Amino acid sequence: MVATLEQVFRAEWGRVLATLIGFLGDFDLAEEAAQEAFAMAADRWPRDGVPSNPRAWLMTTARNRATDRIRRDRALATKLRLIVARDGAEVPMMTTPFRDERLELIFTCCHPALAVEAQVALTLRTLGGLSTDEIARAFLVPERTMAQRLVRAKRKIKAARIPFRVPPVHLLRERLEAVLAVVYLIFNEGYGGRDELAAEAIWLGRALAELLPDEPEVHGLLAMMLLHDSRREARFSGGELVLLDDQDRSRWNTGQIAAGRAELDRALALGGRGSHVLQAAIASLHAEVPCDWAQLAALYGELGRLTGSPVVELNRAIAIAETEGPEAGLRIVDQLGLDDFRYLHSTRAELLRRLGRTDEARDAYRRARLLTDDGAERRFLERRLTELGSTLS
Amino acid sequence: MKYVMLIYQGAALEQQAELSEEEQKQVAADYQGINQTPGVTPGLPMGLPGNATTVRVDGGRTLTTDGPFVGMKEAVGGWFILEADDLDAAIEVAARVPAARYGGAVEIRPSEVYW
Repeated sequence: MVATLEQVFRAEWGRVLATLIGFLGDFDLAEEAAQEAFAMAADRWPRDGVPSNPRAWLMTTARNRATDRIRRDRALATKLRLIVARDGAEVPMMTTPFRDERLELIFTCCHPALAVEAQVALTLRTLGGLSTDEIARAFLVPERTMAQRLVRAKRKIKAARIPFRVPPVHLLRERLEAVLAVVYLIFNEGYGGRDELAAEAIWLGRALAELLPDEPEVHGLLAMMLLHDSRREARFSGGELVLLDDQDRSRWNTGQIAAGRAELDRALALGGRGSHVLQAAIASLHAEVPCDWAQLAALYGELGRLTGSPVVELNRAIAIAETEGPEAGLRIVDQLGLDDFRYLHSTRAELLRRLGRTDEARDAYRRARLLTDDGAERRFLERRLTELGSTLS
Repeated sequence: MKYVMLIYQGAALEQQAELSEEEQKQVAADYQGINQTPGVTPGLPMGLPGNATTVRVDGGRTLTTDGPFVGMKEAVGGWFILEADDLDAAIEVAARVPAARYGGAVEIRPSEVYW
């Protein structure tokens, strides 16, 4: 029973909240009302049974709570002779089907007039239904800080009148990029080991793909996340990082790889060739045995031209090293201005090691280690150093 | 919804001085276009921040200093009022202000009723 309730809540929170915001035009009022409705459901449903249409129940209950609240506030205002005109206080019963306004909600949450951290927090809170405390823990900040971040963001949406709508066509591409960037950021946070965030990002990606079925980049992002996440179990062994080549492939989630490839096919069929689609194609190649390094190098080349990112170029160097030898890879790596990037040094170290240039390899591993905080990655570099016969100092 | 639109010149005046006559005419025309945009109430043209005087009162004593409250480069260079439906509409108008594309910027401040 509890599991079912949780599933319903999880699935319905974003939709109920989005519809309420669209209806009430106020994030705080909507959130409060939704919370009350969900609390009532948690109290009643286990006793009286789950209603036949849980969404309608939640929506109607929440709306009634909000309407009561507006009436109370208005009565109070009248008493104080401060009559505030409000729209939509008198509402008929919700008999028509509820419009799904989650897209409006996510475009509002990811509006570029909000700071990126606020976009992330707001998206997880409103669409994902995570509690402030859960978001705070996932991003390793105190709950108070996260609560303030959310309050500030909601206040700005209201004060600056950030619109609650899907952007018009001439803005859509640019704004969609911002939305995808937020989902990607959440996924990346989760990729470092905080699984719940990776799952959350995939969940958001699925919702977006359902809401925007004709946008190739949406499917590309979802495909990329599914493919990367499919190797999650194999990326760590006893808390230690395992490189792709050394991973136990039986621990890859083959169902998820298939789902990721299906999303990728959909993106390609829609003519997608954007950065998320390319990254998904790259992730798909990585899941193949043996890996087609030449094709991989070509895809990294295309992605690099699109994004101008030296990190992508670093990855191309790794692929080139596999097809043309470590020397060729190293030539690319040494042209990159990424001196503070730990993976530049770990890549150089690896290529130098393969070339038998042990002293230089050791120096590069040390440099990478200095730039690495993460425990598992740091221990990996230390193992490499020990293998090269080096003391750690 | 009313927005106060603050124009910061930043490097814009220097950059515009380097432009061809044709381009400078375009800048002037663009400012005029902003002033004629529906919903815009133009502000008075502001003189250079170098001619500003800043006033403070400390324990009843009036203190005046030469120059703007913030640094010369950070000083407000102009303003107008915009009546618009929402922030996206205000952003579109802001992006048309020449200062924004020549190294300056436009700050959009929603107006607020405090009393």
